Amino acid sequence: MTHLDAGREEVIATYNFAYLDEQTKRMIRRAILKGIAVPGYQVPFASREMPMPYGWGTGGVQVTAAIIGPDDRLKVIDQGADDTTNAISIRKFFERTTGVETTTVTAQASIIQTRHRIPETPLAPGQVLVFQVPIPEPLRFLEPRETETRTMHALEEYGVMHVKLYEDIARHGHIATTYAYPVKVEGRYVTDPSPTPKFDNPKMHRNPALQLFGAGREMRIYAIPPWTEVVSLDFEDHPFEVQAFERPCALCGAADVFLDEVITDDRGGRMFVCSDTDHCNTRQDQGHVGEQQG
Amino acid sequence: MTMQDNDPPLMRVSKLSHMYGDRIGCRDVSFDLYPGEVLAVVGESGSGKTTLLNCVSARLQSSAGTISYRMRDGRMQDLNALSEAERRFLMRTDWGFVHQNPADGLRMNVSAGANVGERLMAVGQRHYGRIRETADDWLGRVEIGHDRIDDRPGTFSGGMRQRLQIARNLVTGPRLVFMDEPTGGLDVSVQARLLDLLRGLVDDLGLSAIVVTHDLAVARLLSQRMMVMKDGQVIETGLTDRVLDDPQAPYTQLLVSSILQV
Repeated sequence: MTHLDAGREEVIATYNFAYLDEQTKRMIRRAILKGIAVPGYQVPFASREMPMPYGWGTGGVQVTAAIIGPDDRLKVIDQGADDTTNAISIRKFFERTTGVETTTVTAQASIIQTRHRIPETPLAPGQVLVFQVPIPEPLRFLEPRETETRTMHALEEYGVMHVKLYEDIARHGHIATTYAYPVKVEGRYVTDPSPTPKFDNPKMHRNPALQLFGAGREMRIYAIPPWTEVVSLDFEDHPFEVQAFERPCALCGAADVFLDEVITDDRGGRMFVCSDTDHCNTRQDQGHVGEQQG
Repeated sequence: MTMQDNDPPLMRVSKLSHMYGDRIGCRDVSFDLYPGEVLAVVGESGSGKTTLLNCVSARLQSSAGTISYRMRDGRMQDLNALSEAERRFLMRTDWGFVHQNPADGLRMNVSAGANVGERLMAVGQRHYGRIRETADDWLGRVEIGHDRIDDRPGTFSGGMRQRLQIARNLVTGPRLVFMDEPTGGLDVSVQARLLDLLRGLVDDLGLSAIVVTHDLAVARLLSQRMMVMKDGQVIETGLTDRVLDDPQAPYTQLLVSSILQV
């Protein structure tokens, strides 16, 4: 505690609460409000330089900094894990610049900043999920011109999105896009759910939590408000499907979750474990056992 | 041209002008285009052919004049009064545009099948099997082998790319196709086959077309009527055979006599 208090004093001497100055936060909040008002629409904002490189979550960090208050409890995950470099450094960043309480327990967090996963534990009303987004424009693959993609969004010209899926089927026999799988939000805007695995796409649909997306380098913020309809694009004869795993998690035995492959030695040994570390640990504490521990 | 007496024109252009600042792109161009008719626009480089084509295809906002087009429901619509959404919808359903350089009209980073299928998906088709079937059928009609459906246009020859571009444009059954030097950059034997194919398609589908070309042979083979342009203005217009066999304007006489004889 004394350490935290000492940190707080240092914060007040050096930085504004949550690093960004209040005018910047207001600017970002305006973009967030507009994003919420027009679900799935990419709102341009004056992204700031952050004390970390682009690609490390500068967009998500700015969104979190703009909405976080002293009473919030923050969780940061990177590919589902609370204990990887990106998650730890961002969590420490907010510990130092805000002094808010942090947690690894999904259910206890009021704000969850995430890089590429939606937690397995269902989210509750009042929670905010902040995504770090590298490329917010789902049409970019087929249309490099920003002026053109904006017009296409404005006129709902989304035929090319299916060209991408067609190309997948022609090449692989099925829709091989496994992450950043395009969705249509509230029947209007086609949106990139950030590089989350498509396994998480169904969780976005009518989610009780507020989902905010920040792309720092590309200077875009967009939002999916609670209970919004989110539909993954597909073909009538090739409907949307999520990944299926042959075996359950090797540590906790969970079967209905997204798994990471972990190489265990240099002789081809491997195991599949939950990508959501909090979910896995909770299950193990509850006595669930996977084959690795049995 | 007896049908002209009965059918109302498909497109009516009147007093069309386009200025690039102080410079003239094209000036005071008027013509009617009838259903099933192919109109050739010929003239030397810089005579305003492409400017005219871009204006009448609504890709370029003209400075003055009117362009009206008979929509599928039969009413004449002023193109300048269309909203951008309507204009773009018209472009990808009822119109086609064949560029001189196929790379401008194709998506080079997706397969031939996806290139042909794009317009179908753009108008709302969502059944992969049927889209692919239609694409396959169209590749056959433009003489591209069925085994090339999953290849990217980058692996195609120039003539194949041009044929692919034509298939991509015709898949939604357009009524009017704009062509900008469709045979430019192709060698003569490939040109001949492409022209043959185009002539067949235009006949079979009852297409109307406006073809911009500097090649009088293309005009002779494809078009029923032609306009000769010079310095942004139309200097002679008439039935293609009449203009080529009995040119009236001095410039047209020069143009016709400039054709190399082999």
